[in-house]
Amino acid sequence: MKENKKTYWKGLEQLSNDPEFVKHADKEFAELPSSLNEDGSASRRDFLKLMGFSLAAASLAACEAPVRKAIPYVNKPVDINPSIPNYYASTFSSGGDYASIVVKTREGRPIKIDGNELSPINKGKVNAIVEGSVLSLYDKQRLTGPYIAGEKTDWATLDSQVKSKLASAGSVKIVSNTILSPTTNKALQQFSEVFGGAEVIQYDPISNYGISKAAETYYGTAVIPSYSFDKAKTIVSFGADFLGTWISPIEFAGQYAKTRKISKEKPEMSRHYQFESNLSLTGANADYRTPIKASQSGLAVLALYNAIAKKAGAATVSAPAVEIAHLEKAANDLWAAKSAGLVVSGSNDPNVQVVVNAINELLGANGTTVDFNAPVHFRKGDDARMNQFVNELKAGQVGAVIFYNCNPVYDFARGAEIAEGIAKAKVSISTNGTMDETASLVQMVAPDHHFLESWNDFEPKKGHYSLGQPTISPLFDTRQAQDSFLTWSGSTSNFYEFLQLNWESEIFTQVETGTDFQEFWDRSLYNGVFAITPAATEALAPIGDVSAAAASVAKAYSASNTGAELVLYTKVGIGSGAFANVPWLQEMSDPITKATWDNYLTVSQKWASENGVTMIEGETSKASITVNGKSLLVPILVQPGQAEGTFGLAVGYGRTKAGRVANGVGVNAYELADTSKGFVNFDITAGVEVAATGEAYRIARTQTHQTFMGRENVIQEATLAEYKTDASAGRYHPEIYKDGEFVKPSKISLWSGHQYSQHHWGLAIDMNSCIGCSACSVACQVENNVAVVGKQEVLNRREMAWIRIDRYYSSDAPADDLRGMEVASENPEVTFQPMMCQQCNNAPCETVCPVAATTHSSEGLNQMTYNRCIGTRYCANNCPYKVRRFNWFKYHDNKDFAGVNVAQNDDLGKMVLNPDVTVRARGVMEKCSMCVQRIQAGKLAAKREKRKVQDGEINVACAVACPTDALVFGDMNDANSKVSQLLKIKENNTSALKEVNEERAYHVLEEINVSPNVWYFTKIRNKDKNEA
Amino acid sequence: MQVTSSVREPLVTGGKTYHDVTHDVSRQVEGKPTLLWFLAFLTAAGTLAIGLIAVTATVWEGIGMWGLNKTIGWAWDITNFVWWVGIGHAGTLISAVLLLFRQKWRTSINRAAEAMTIFAVICAAMFPVLHMGRPWLGAYWALPLPNTFGSLWVNFNSPLLWDVFAISTYFSVSLVFWYIGLIPDFATIRDRATGLRKVIYGGLSFGWDGAAKTWMRYESVSLILAGLATPLVLSVHTIVSFDFATSVIPGWHTTIFPPYFVAGAIFSGFAMVLTLMIITRKVFKLEDYITMTHIELMNIVIIITGSIVGIAYITEFFIAWYSGVEAEQYAFINRATGPYWWAYWSMMTCNVISPQLFWFKKIRTSIIATFALSIVVNIGMWFERFVIIVTSLHRDYLPSSWAMFYPSITDIGVYLFTFGLFFTLFFLFAKFFPVINMAEVKSVLKSTSEKVRK
Repeated sequence: MKENKKTYWKGLEQLSNDPEFVKHADKEFAELPSSLNEDGSASRRDFLKLMGFSLAAASLAACEAPVRKAIPYVNKPVDINPSIPNYYASTFSSGGDYASIVVKTREGRPIKIDGNELSPINKGKVNAIVEGSVLSLYDKQRLTGPYIAGEKTDWATLDSQVKSKLASAGSVKIVSNTILSPTTNKALQQFSEVFGGAEVIQYDPISNYGISKAAETYYGTAVIPSYSFDKAKTIVSFGADFLGTWISPIEFAGQYAKTRKISKEKPEMSRHYQFESNLSLTGANADYRTPIKASQSGLAVLALYNAIAKKAGAATVSAPAVEIAHLEKAANDLWAAKSAGLVVSGSNDPNVQVVVNAINELLGANGTTVDFNAPVHFRKGDDARMNQFVNELKAGQVGAVIFYNCNPVYDFARGAEIAEGIAKAKVSISTNGTMDETASLVQMVAPDHHFLESWNDFEPKKGHYSLGQPTISPLFDTRQAQDSFLTWSGSTSNFYEFLQLNWESEIFTQVETGTDFQEFWDRSLYNGVFAITPAATEALAPIGDVSAAAASVAKAYSASNTGAELVLYTKVGIGSGAFANVPWLQEMSDPITKATWDNYLTVSQKWASENGVTMIEGETSKASITVNGKSLLVPILVQPGQAEGTFGLAVGYGRTKAGRVANGVGVNAYELADTSKGFVNFDITAGVEVAATGEAYRIARTQTHQTFMGRENVIQEATLAEYKTDASAGRYHPEIYKDGEFVKPSKISLWSGHQYSQHHWGLAIDMNSCIGCSACSVACQVENNVAVVGKQEVLNRREMAWIRIDRYYSSDAPADDLRGMEVASENPEVTFQPMMCQQCNNAPCETVCPVAATTHSSEGLNQMTYNRCIGTRYCANNCPYKVRRFNWFKYHDNKDFAGVNVAQNDDLGKMVLNPDVTVRARGVMEKCSMCVQRIQAGKLAAKREKRKVQDGEINVACAVACPTDALVFGDMNDANSKVSQLLKIKENNTSALKEVNEERAYHVLEEINVSPNVWYFTKIRNKDKNEA
Repeated sequence: MQVTSSVREPLVTGGKTYHDVTHDVSRQVEGKPTLLWFLAFLTAAGTLAIGLIAVTATVWEGIGMWGLNKTIGWAWDITNFVWWVGIGHAGTLISAVLLLFRQKWRTSINRAAEAMTIFAVICAAMFPVLHMGRPWLGAYWALPLPNTFGSLWVNFNSPLLWDVFAISTYFSVSLVFWYIGLIPDFATIRDRATGLRKVIYGGLSFGWDGAAKTWMRYESVSLILAGLATPLVLSVHTIVSFDFATSVIPGWHTTIFPPYFVAGAIFSGFAMVLTLMIITRKVFKLEDYITMTHIELMNIVIIITGSIVGIAYITEFFIAWYSGVEAEQYAFINRATGPYWWAYWSMMTCNVISPQLFWFKKIRTSIIATFALSIVVNIGMWFERFVIIVTSLHRDYLPSSWAMFYPSITDIGVYLFTFGLFFTLFFLFAKFFPVINMAEVKSVLKSTSEKVRK
């Protein structure tokens, strides 16, 4: 090596060899200038200087800089730029549910999940659970490596044990939820071949077995059809919550919304009948909703069949008479709609589903609104096989059982029996990512990656494929389950290669155009989805007989059951309970009950008054519910719209080993489900006893007042017929007397009015297509780092949500009976109203802040400066919409909230935080900012490219998530933007006051003229007349 | 024509001489504290200490320690604030307004009333600071100080800022007024004292020499300050009422608030003065100075202000109906019949009905009845503020946000803290300061005391 001759010098003085410099060169600190006392001794000033220096130096040395664990990249990865997000297309799948997603990553961390717009199924939309699932990646509860008998081990040990044990175990069963992945199936097949025909048993926590079983009987093929609600003019649903939780709710909600969008140009909408026991999200959106007992539901379907058959001239079936309101009307509308009619049922009873198929067949709907030729693969679990498996397991006939990412001990009706039976199997293995109820009972746990760390593929629907790709390298020493199966079956290739090979051989061969597999693979991966148009096949003809099924239905159901009935249901926020440990979902206010952090027995108002149960604020009492000997103690929630004699209870709660967020929240209702008929039955119509115990309990609800008190300034609605004659039907036009005449409130103002020379952001909310699903609420929480505060603080009415869905029931009381109007109708009409900061142009909050912490932007936004806020809360008091949220406590880095606000407390959880949004300190006010960080990012991107911001380029998190496009955000200064088009803002003007020509558009609380930038569209119900 | 005035009741009874006045008042300052005083003082200081735990908890943990929520952002904090500010009003009214009107009966009660004003304002001022989410910043950010943030100024549109000015002005003027009045009396005590006490009171009396010129200056300063303080009696509570009146919340947005608040403030202030004076005259044996006439006159003020307040309550209801504003109508119906009906009817009973009892001479000249009613009035006035603040907020425009407020133990603790503070200060004042303005009482002695006239 060449000797380095370079010299480095400290400064010019050294270079020039300044004698003064040389003199002091060896001294670290410069000599303090002395004040040159005659005798050269230190002066008082020198002494003070020295003392000051020493003190400062000593105290600085004492302050140790905190150790931060952020380790910078040594070499910058090519595609990671600090502060620039990367987006990866991937796929969410759990328990037979599916969504094609786009994952936003920042500095290598996935922080937000949005829908993949290229997906023909969920079309860029998501629901609350998909939104919330990103936090499960950073769950402290996740296993950090493989376990054998509860002891941590390494993969080599585990693999050798598994291989040797499986070889001698005898019959091997793999239990799983629905597997949507063709390549996984192939890997399992390979595994199965090695281990003597290991059988894969699929079940789903929320079963739709009845549909595929009925299809097998009726059409000869066991499939779940695809539904096209967008093609339906008349929709009749018997307890199918297709907007919230049934089969593919994101897809259906989008389709449904298309039929609910209404305008002067298209004054038509679908008519929706719902017959159900519990008030579901779907029922809340129905035009006509009839509460019926679960025991009547089969007969209701039969009655509808007979009514349609009469019209169609087909043979009727014998059925006991049953009195059900609106059923006749539904039949008339269905018959008028013919093939544009659609009947669905949430029942898991195959016989009922056969009758439903027959009705659709009579209507000619098979092929239009329902298509058995384009089957979907969601929730294709086989209850009968699973039931049988439990028997085998209990009898000790199962040699080895592998639970592949499923938790039947918790979420199968016979979970207790499985728990008991696991010990009888020679080998028990689980690939679950956490030590959940099932994994904690098995001998060996080979934890799978989180889905955001995995490669995978999916075939949700025949011919539709999507890919899952890792968005972060594995956080822990986990291994993809498919890799485990491949390893155990002796394969040396990893699943990624296996996946690619499979796509090359199976899917690429079906592609007509394109020659290079790599190019095809890259494009598919980039798009996330890939579809093949399947060859047209002939419509399936019914082969089954409806009369046999009808006879069974007639026998199994009764018109007048006097006993109590329990209808188990799934909540929109918690779903099957698989993501129960995500606190965002626990704190998501249920769309119907507005309750958080609990499941509860929903009872009818009549039952409550008969049993002396009252509900004031969250104060309620408990009831004991006994189903065939199994007893649970649950809190009571009085639910308007609950069918008399029935009770509702949500599954997904009562987790015992989910983690510290979900453990002990609510009770496990799965164990009450009935399996005696060969399918998992959530409608329990016999052997149910309910007794109020009187034990006091508090349910944390975010909204405790249920009706809108007839306030037309809040909720404006009309019927379709009224709308057709007058587009402004239902509108409330407040007028104020001024100088001898009545004028619009906007004509009277103290203010001279803002001018927005660049942008004027606005939001249009269609109350007709908002279904209340609350995906927006969770999306906002993820995007804006909104704190979770826990049950106690929700009880204290201090939840932090920036966007909430106000849910109002109608009341039967006359308008002058204020007390009466506080009570909801027995079967109320429901209205959902998303409510967030209205970004008022004459904002009442802005004038009252003493320190100007909340101010108006030059683009119409009401801005909150957290740094300046001193927390007087005057702004929140003066907000007519009550959308401001105060940080009552320090919610981040506070052990009191560590158990619930995981995203702001532990190091792992914090990885999900959006770095563009401040985590708010205690004592400051916060509120919806209209995603100002997104607006800013969008404007910067446009500026960098020296162009104007295009419409649609910037969108707020709530609107992005909304499965029904009920929220439309945009620039109201741009007459061509979607929001301006919707509001019919004709001219380009820069004034804060825009001439809105859309008749349905209104401001909530128009009379106080705070002039919001959020507009609401009247709710239109497709009813003949105003009636509940 | 010869006009003969009717013989007035003497303002000071018991035939006191100048020396008697000096002696009666100074002896409290000079003597050893009595056991009763010690007990009272320790109770007050104990309450203060207990309350301090609640204050510490609030500052340490956050406002979440209180019962507030997303809908009700103010409750006990601002209720207590307005209540204490209101109480303060009587002191200023008695000393300033009655001075300007040459009401001589004020002389024996003005000192204590002014002290009460100052302590009440101190208690009141606790709340605007404590109720902030970040008091460590808010305590000075709320002031229009030059700064390097931009430069960033306060929002002059905000009624809360007006409050800052109103309260601080009021406090400074009251304090100066009170202290100026104390100087001659401190000098009196100084002149009687020896040793350390002489030094301390010498310092406090600012070298008062009792010269005619000094007295002249004293009189003019008093008059000027009285002139300054008089508009404050009206302005402070007017501005406090703006916190509500300028908002958009139904039940707050009311133009009647300024006069209604001022009347209410005088009402509650007189009640508090009565409560305190009845105890003081008993404990310090000052019955000859604070006579039944004083009590009766103050009771008459209570009847008048109580009636004004009552009319205001009824007017609010009338206007709510007459305005045709639905939200406003609901807010008032909800006050009287909603979940907080008990607070509303407590307020009505205590403030409107109970003071009417003073129409009976027997009741208004009864010490016990007056004492009891003075407390009832203050309870009523606390409820008035609670009703205005909480029942208006808890059910405003959007029914989805309607909520209830339940106080937490910390809410109660913080209120106790201000009671502890008030009485600790008051007992210290009663022991170490002359509770009656000796100099001014002496000035009315000649016209009222037989002995002096001779």
